[in-house]
Amino acid sequence: MRLGDNSKDLSFEELETIIQFVYKIYEFDFSQYSKASLKRRFERLLGAHNWDLIDFKTKLTNEPNLLDFLIKEITVNVTEMFRDPEFFRSVKKNIIPYLDSYQRIKIWNAGVSTGEELYSFSILFKESRMYNKSFFYGTDINSEVLKEAKEGIYSIKKLKAFTENYNQLGFVKPFSDYFAVDYNNGIINSELRKNCLFSVHNLVSDHVFNEFQLVSCRNVLIYFDQELQTKVIELLVNSLCIFGFLCLGSKEVIRSQKILSRLKLIDPRQNIYQRIK
Amino acid sequence: MNKPEFIILGGSAGSFQVIFGIIKKLPANFNVPILIVIHRGKDKNTHIEEVIAHQSSVKVQEVKDKENIINGIVYIAPADYHVLIESEKIFSLDNSEPILFSRPSIDVSMQSAAEVYGSKLLAVLFSGANSDGAAGMEIIKNRGGQIFVQDPKDAEVDIMPLAAVQKNAGIKKMPTKEIESLLINISIK
Repeated sequence: MRLGDNSKDLSFEELETIIQFVYKIYEFDFSQYSKASLKRRFERLLGAHNWDLIDFKTKLTNEPNLLDFLIKEITVNVTEMFRDPEFFRSVKKNIIPYLDSYQRIKIWNAGVSTGEELYSFSILFKESRMYNKSFFYGTDINSEVLKEAKEGIYSIKKLKAFTENYNQLGFVKPFSDYFAVDYNNGIINSELRKNCLFSVHNLVSDHVFNEFQLVSCRNVLIYFDQELQTKVIELLVNSLCIFGFLCLGSKEVIRSQKILSRLKLIDPRQNIYQRIK
Repeated sequence: MNKPEFIILGGSAGSFQVIFGIIKKLPANFNVPILIVIHRGKDKNTHIEEVIAHQSSVKVQEVKDKENIINGIVYIAPADYHVLIESEKIFSLDNSEPILFSRPSIDVSMQSAAEVYGSKLLAVLFSGANSDGAAGMEIIKNRGGQIFVQDPKDAEVDIMPLAAVQKNAGIKKMPTKEIESLLINISIK
């Protein structure tokens, strides 16, 4: 008996066999993902297609190109623009004035999904008259969502919800100035998209690829176990210039004393840090 | 009744006062972890745990990701996240889609806890305006855990306890006072 009409029941042992199977076929490693979340995602996937464990393994064996599909189904891609307006208020107050002294600013949104947060940053920098000297890098392991992120097209229904977040931030321009609308969708203005770059990057297996003044990785670490979280946080900190800023999800915790000794806590509630060494 | 190793209290926003009325009465030596899953608006009551902690003898705090579950602490599910439990008895947060329009979802936490604690789980469902929790209670029951609902007559909004009663024939309906003594008595065992 599961939640939802079609979800299939998996034990933690069965989940382990799936993880090993996926690794054997695709060399993609889910072994340090949070098991409780991962189990739910596989249960949902098997339920949606009415596969049992054997069907699923047969499918994986016979279709070598299933990895992109699998990653898209298993990773959580729920996001919105200006999610947690309090967070953006803190960035505006604590980070923006500091970064304005730089000639050139690079921002990395790790786990960018469909792009909403990266565009939120680009609007924030636009409003702060810092857009033209800033470059926004969005990365994800999922190439499918990156295509959507690059397009910057969101439904009117979503844009309405984003507007409510935006309106809490006290910006000068109305939110509608930042996109053009047709019947059911809005597209982010090309002026806002021009400094945004999207590419595939796997936080689990890839390395530092640039030096940033701001790294935001919110609600990605929750899907990893503690050991992998520490490894990924180290990668994020190493990607910052000295005095660059790190933003994590507000319920995520840095537990490594070694990493904490390299950081100064800027906003405890919003979980914002500055690299000091 | 066996002493539980984990307790879940669920309800929607209207059950806030009742649940925290009970928490305030728990003695300081209460030694079972409690998870409270209440549907709360994203921007409202953001600091409720601080208010409650101030007025309680037990320790009350919001769930953080990958936090060890410690006996005697009352944990509150944060707004906008599902709370899951790993087999190592650690909390995991999850940001996936709302279930029955709810995030946190009572069903999701109940199912996850039932898989880890089995018959050592106790759950109480309070007032609420949708059927969240009914399916989760059934999963707990099937794994040998103990389930109770606030007497629908006592509940501010009875849709949630009634849905649980409908799905779980024979479930014990309890007036608020009895739920209170049930929990207080656990600490004496």
